[in-house]
Amino acid sequence: MLVTYIEAIRQAMDEELARDRNVLLMGEDVGVLGGAFKASTGLQEKHGTDRVVDMPISESLIVGAGVGLAVQGMRPILEMQFIDFISCGFDQIVNSAATLRYRHGGQTACPIVIRGPSGGGVHGGLYHSQNPEAWFCHVPGLKVVAPATAYDAKGLLKSAIRDDDPVIYFEHKFLYRRIKEEIPAEEYLVPIGKAALRKEGRDLTVITYGAPVHAVMKAARDMATEVDIEVIDLRTLLPIDWATVKGSVRKTGKVLIVHEARLTGGIGGEVAARIAQDCFEELDGPVMRLAARDVHTPFAPAMEAYVLPNQEKITEAIRKLAAY
Amino acid sequence: MTEQKDRELYRWLRLIREFEDRTSVLDKQGKLMGGVYSGKGQEAVTVGFCHDLRWDDWIFPLHRDLGAFLVKGADPKRLMAQIFGKRDGFAKGKDSYLHGGDLANGIFGATSCLGATLPVAAGMAYKFKIRKEDRVAIAFFGEGASSRGDVHEAMNFAGVHRLPVVFVCENNFYAYSTPNELQFGVDNVADRAVGYGFKGEVVNGNDLHAVMKTAGKAIDRARKGDGPTLVECKTYRYHGHSEHDRADYRSEEEVITWESRDPISLWEIYLEKRKYDIAAIRKETTEEVTRIVEEAVAFADGSPAPEGHEAMEDLYAMPIDMEAL
Repeated sequence: MLVTYIEAIRQAMDEELARDRNVLLMGEDVGVLGGAFKASTGLQEKHGTDRVVDMPISESLIVGAGVGLAVQGMRPILEMQFIDFISCGFDQIVNSAATLRYRHGGQTACPIVIRGPSGGGVHGGLYHSQNPEAWFCHVPGLKVVAPATAYDAKGLLKSAIRDDDPVIYFEHKFLYRRIKEEIPAEEYLVPIGKAALRKEGRDLTVITYGAPVHAVMKAARDMATEVDIEVIDLRTLLPIDWATVKGSVRKTGKVLIVHEARLTGGIGGEVAARIAQDCFEELDGPVMRLAARDVHTPFAPAMEAYVLPNQEKITEAIRKLAAY
Repeated sequence: MTEQKDRELYRWLRLIREFEDRTSVLDKQGKLMGGVYSGKGQEAVTVGFCHDLRWDDWIFPLHRDLGAFLVKGADPKRLMAQIFGKRDGFAKGKDSYLHGGDLANGIFGATSCLGATLPVAAGMAYKFKIRKEDRVAIAFFGEGASSRGDVHEAMNFAGVHRLPVVFVCENNFYAYSTPNELQFGVDNVADRAVGYGFKGEVVNGNDLHAVMKTAGKAIDRARKGDGPTLVECKTYRYHGHSEHDRADYRSEEEVITWESRDPISLWEIYLEKRKYDIAAIRKETTEEVTRIVEEAVAFADGSPAPEGHEAMEDLYAMPIDMEAL
């Protein structure tokens, strides 16, 4: 069936709510309104007010309550209306949820999913454009995923809901209604921890995730006569599928990492460091990174475009790397 | 109350006190690592709230609520091993003191961001409500934590859904060194309950009778589906925030005044007035609690220390096997 990225998210939640009565959806305006972006349209009507819960504006409570439910064997999906607001629940995520199992010596699991719209390119300004995934990749006990396709959006969310550990699920709002794909009518899962090889190539590897996957793929197609590019979509950011990453780098000898989150302290730094250490002998050029400039994501279109990566910047970076 | 229950309550007060005193001694002897947070003086609060709970109710104790662990059913031996950082502790040595709960007995382990357990308790109470289970959650917090947003968010949510939760503020007048008058502008933390749409009550936290009466009503209300209660227990910790804190910010007169309202002494006066054989009860109880704590210390001492590599265990419930992908 042909679905948008956001419809894939809605289907995943709908199917899991129907499959397992322990699954709940809790968040601000997720019920009657069906979510600020309509990711949960119709779910409260179908699954009831007890299980699709309109929460007060209390992100810390939403996460904390999720932990309490998880200890009771429930599997809450906790929506941040914008992922920018996840910082209000930061302590409950890193100190309460991520340590729950560890500080109890393995007595319990913590099957919660925290999901919400991240990303820029929609003129959302400072508080509706953020990509805070790196903060959470620094936290042991969490799993972090960021799907780029409708297929993955559905399959990864279903896996996240069934996972017994806290999973932070970064969906990209730029993709919500801009991409449409055929996905299987029958049930499927996408495993957490497995990267996707989006395109095979011989000359260089671009490692990316989230919305930039599409710009990278377009660049790779447009530059096909110039350079044969391999594209890896990480999909899971914690833990990273190092086998796929290193296998590709060992084959091509050149690597560019692209993400929409800011450069300094971003996922790209970790990926680059691992490659530099483990694939040093195979490298034919510097490990390059393209990311947002080290500034907040501004509102005015020209400034936003200046700050965020785009196909033009990706093409330029690829040319620079290919020249080595 | 029956003589049996009167004596049982006395036994709990004394066991907690013995446990607290022993951990202080062990700390002074250099046998414990990390912080030791004595709840000595506050025993009536935890006994009063936990004694009549059911096994399937849940408590969310504070770092100072060692007594809540004991009364709710935690094995004293494992509790001592927890404090020793040994493998038989609830956290298997991964954290100390009361951060590792005993989930099989409905005891949740707190984090050091005090007040952060209140949203967790509210979430759990939400499950009790939607599944129509007549269980209750008891969330303890200090008057210092009452300043945190988590406390507000949890109480607000509990008020919205009339959740089966009791919020118990242990107001011991100091958050580390900060006194009540620098912590909040209201007379009582319990006064805030009206802002959440439920009842707030202030009780003398050193008077076990008073605590049990108020706790009983609040727990019944929650269990019957009549919603949450905020109970503020005015009490006092005899020691500093932790054992290394000499608590010079308090006057000697103030400490002595509170020691003269000791919850155990008050209960002994009550037992005497009931014309029980207090000398015999005291002797028998002393022997029993000393033995239990001795055995707990011996067990903790003998429990194996975790090895370094065990640090990597218990992080994920479903570790990802990268080889299998």
